[in-house]
Amino acid sequence: MSVVFDEKIQQTLGNAKLQLAIYTSTGRLMDHRKKSLTGQLPDFEELRTHANAVKKHTIENLDYYLEQLEANVKAHGGQVVWCRDGQQVADFVLALAKEKGSKLIVKSKSMTTEEIDFNERLEHHHLESVETDLGEYILQLKHERPYHIVAPALHLTRYDVANLFEKELGVPNDTVIENQTLLARKVLRDKFLQADIGVSGANFLVADSGSIVLVENEGNARLTTSAPKIHIAVAGVEKVIPRAQDLATFLKLLGRSATGQPLTVYTSFLSGPKRAEEVDGPDEFYLVLLDNGRTKVLADREKRQVLYCIRCGACLNHCPVYRKIGGHSFPWVYSGPIGAIITPQFMTVRHEPALPFASSLCGACAEVCPVKIDIPKILLDLREDVVKARTEDASNQLERLAFRMFAFMMSHPWLYRLAGKLGARFGPKKAWVSHVPGAGMLPPVKLWLSQRDLPSLAKKSFRDLWKERKG
Amino acid sequence: MPRVSLFVTCIIDQLFPKVGIAMADVLERAGCSVEFPEDQTCCGQPAFNSGYREEARTVARHFLKVFDGAEYIVVPSGSCTSMVSHHFADLFQDFPAELAATRTLEPKVYEFSSFLTGVLKVEDFGARFEGIVTYHDSCHALRELKIKDGPRRLLGNVKGLELREMDIAQECCGFGGTFSVKFPEVSGGMVRTKIESIKKTGASTVVSIDSSCLMQIRGALSRAGLPIETMHLAEVLASR
Amino acid sequence: MQRDLILRDVRKALGRDAGQAVPPPPPARIVIPDVPVSQRIDSMLDRVAALAGKTLRAKSMAEAREYVAALIEGKTAVASNAPFLRDCGIAELPGVSSGITDREELRRLCATCNYGITSADYGLSDTGSLVMLSSREEARLVSLLPPAHIAVVPASKLLTGLDELFSILPRPAEQTSSMVLITGPSRTADIEQILVRGVHGPGEIHVVVVEEETAIAGPPEP
Repeated sequence: MSVVFDEKIQQTLGNAKLQLAIYTSTGRLMDHRKKSLTGQLPDFEELRTHANAVKKHTIENLDYYLEQLEANVKAHGGQVVWCRDGQQVADFVLALAKEKGSKLIVKSKSMTTEEIDFNERLEHHHLESVETDLGEYILQLKHERPYHIVAPALHLTRYDVANLFEKELGVPNDTVIENQTLLARKVLRDKFLQADIGVSGANFLVADSGSIVLVENEGNARLTTSAPKIHIAVAGVEKVIPRAQDLATFLKLLGRSATGQPLTVYTSFLSGPKRAEEVDGPDEFYLVLLDNGRTKVLADREKRQVLYCIRCGACLNHCPVYRKIGGHSFPWVYSGPIGAIITPQFMTVRHEPALPFASSLCGACAEVCPVKIDIPKILLDLREDVVKARTEDASNQLERLAFRMFAFMMSHPWLYRLAGKLGARFGPKKAWVSHVPGAGMLPPVKLWLSQRDLPSLAKKSFRDLWKERKG
Repeated sequence: MPRVSLFVTCIIDQLFPKVGIAMADVLERAGCSVEFPEDQTCCGQPAFNSGYREEARTVARHFLKVFDGAEYIVVPSGSCTSMVSHHFADLFQDFPAELAATRTLEPKVYEFSSFLTGVLKVEDFGARFEGIVTYHDSCHALRELKIKDGPRRLLGNVKGLELREMDIAQECCGFGGTFSVKFPEVSGGMVRTKIESIKKTGASTVVSIDSSCLMQIRGALSRAGLPIETMHLAEVLASR
Repeated sequence: MQRDLILRDVRKALGRDAGQAVPPPPPARIVIPDVPVSQRIDSMLDRVAALAGKTLRAKSMAEAREYVAALIEGKTAVASNAPFLRDCGIAELPGVSSGITDREELRRLCATCNYGITSADYGLSDTGSLVMLSSREEARLVSLLPPAHIAVVPASKLLTGLDELFSILPRPAEQTSSMVLITGPSRTADIEQILVRGVHGPGEIHVVVVEEETAIAGPPEP
């Protein structure tokens, strides 16, 4: 694996406080999820299957639904802006801000905007963009990426926040969480009321309505999309669902899978700028549809199911690997099992070739995914892709040789039996290796022993015992 | 009388052979005729999981050949069983002849405990084992083969055995094949979490239906100096 | 145009042609349970209470008005233009500003008042949610900016849940630019997973379900 990946992993593993924070937070989210499902949503399995079928249909006919979405957005007075990448999104926003004389943007939480480094792209253009979700606001002050899809500041303590606010906001050091929250509320309230533009993401794009759906608990997304005169929603093209009625399925799955809530505090179904008779709301609405590599992923029949993701974070919470290495060990904005399959597809397998291997394939993720993405299967497919992409690399050639030898031995029983006998004769640990898959994998023995003991070698193999047994 | 062909798996063949013998004992006592096709080697999982599909196919082809004509193939491992019953089809999706052979083979392959409960429909083998036992759910068995209650019922019928659930029975032990040496510290962290949970039950023995999990757990227990044994379900059921 | 390029790439990836027909989608899954009104009221209020909201099951509009009057005594409130609030006599209570149609004035009041008072278009009794459609009668900010929100809802508006909502309202976009489901007070657990209420939206919420519906007094409809 890359040095960076390894270092980040080691750093996280070595930080006992962080290990505890990750483990307890994800454990709590798992418990909440379980409580909201067991005996509470008896048709959960059926809903998942249905959600998968709806997403499959939509993704396989995405062009149709995007056109329907666009037509309906326009019918309700909004505009659709199609963007190939983050630069085009930034160009659009900057041009609009210039035209309108906008100085201040308020933002609600959006992984899609993280994906394209939205705030960074606007930084040097005299346009202030303020995150309003409490966790994201904290991270923005800290110049850090989200640690988890749903709980972005999972890795921070109240002491971290107190120090941060003291440094960045010039306030006395206060470690009381309620006070910290109230302070953020006060600061951000002013921003909401002064902002010229509100930028949100979208949890769902509803094709038959030309609408976006936003789920949240704080109220900042509602304020972001209701107070400023301009609302821009940025969403990946894969967020489309066919009908408003499909929300009866998806909303039930999203809240429970993410945080164990049957519904989050606020679920907004927004359809364009305010209507003439409405008293408040934005005057202008822009839906930015983002590609950023999604059309590439779409082309892979097997792996395109990664686009079904509704960003609930359940796979992160249940992943024993994520629960050890945390969100910042991952090379891109998306972490956990979904990150492990999205990243190689968007950034190519060479970006971090070890990533698909950073999994024991336990399958806990697939078991909880509300849209039934077969994550382990895609990881296995990606592993094959990594091997194919790296045939020329020296380290891979050695590994390939080892597996060639493994395959040869395992398809020639006489050789396999011989290796077994030799191993038995030449004693324990070292020779043990000679009949375990891959003769050239001596380093693995050392790596194994770094964490746990090896079993002592059986003096007689099963074959020997079987022969004896038969008499 | 069911004719059982044993697929003992390479890890049991070379490292934990008594498990294979125990399995044969239990099956014979239950009235099966048991044979051991000598040319068997491995299911190919290590190559498949590492991304080497061509090499995995070579091994899988050999497996198909060796077990052609078997009535039942019984395997003392969840992961090896699911390799054959769930992943051979992935390996051979573009190879019609092997795919056909795989489809014929799939319904005949059983993980050991599910053969007992699902085919023989016997859950008490007159076994006796004194002690407190906790059961570890191996991931492939649990999530791919949907094996959860069967082994617990089998253990429940063993005289003298007290079964206690650990709080994280269904969490991965961290083996994951080459994962254990590609990400050793993460794997180590995962197994240490596991053995903490095992320790809390007060059990003297951890039982599983996968020897690879047991190897990982045993290695961690001994490294931690904990006096807890590991045993395969077959060994418990063969105990008298 | 980016639009055409992106759509072209989508079609290429999917092996579809422009204008190609689409097979029918899996039918939308709508399952509406049969729940009597009285049970809906109980469920609605139980769920709101479980989320630390305050509740009242009012037998009459007068009872609803008394409850609100006691709450807001000595405080300021901005009320939406919902006819039901007028019918209950709540819009004319002392300290309440209502009948506002100017956007800036509404914003100013919402930002400074102690309470926002609204009715609701529907309630979802299985989750304790208020369904609020932005309209001439209900503005967005009334249930959002003030630190406390009081919702006074006729019992007949209570639906069983999402399925029933999307069954009677399959196209919310045709009615409104904003339909919001409000389920309890605003909250966050972003710092150390410790729950704090009232982050940006109201931290205090009162749901009053009124069993009586005919107007006892009130100005005639315009």
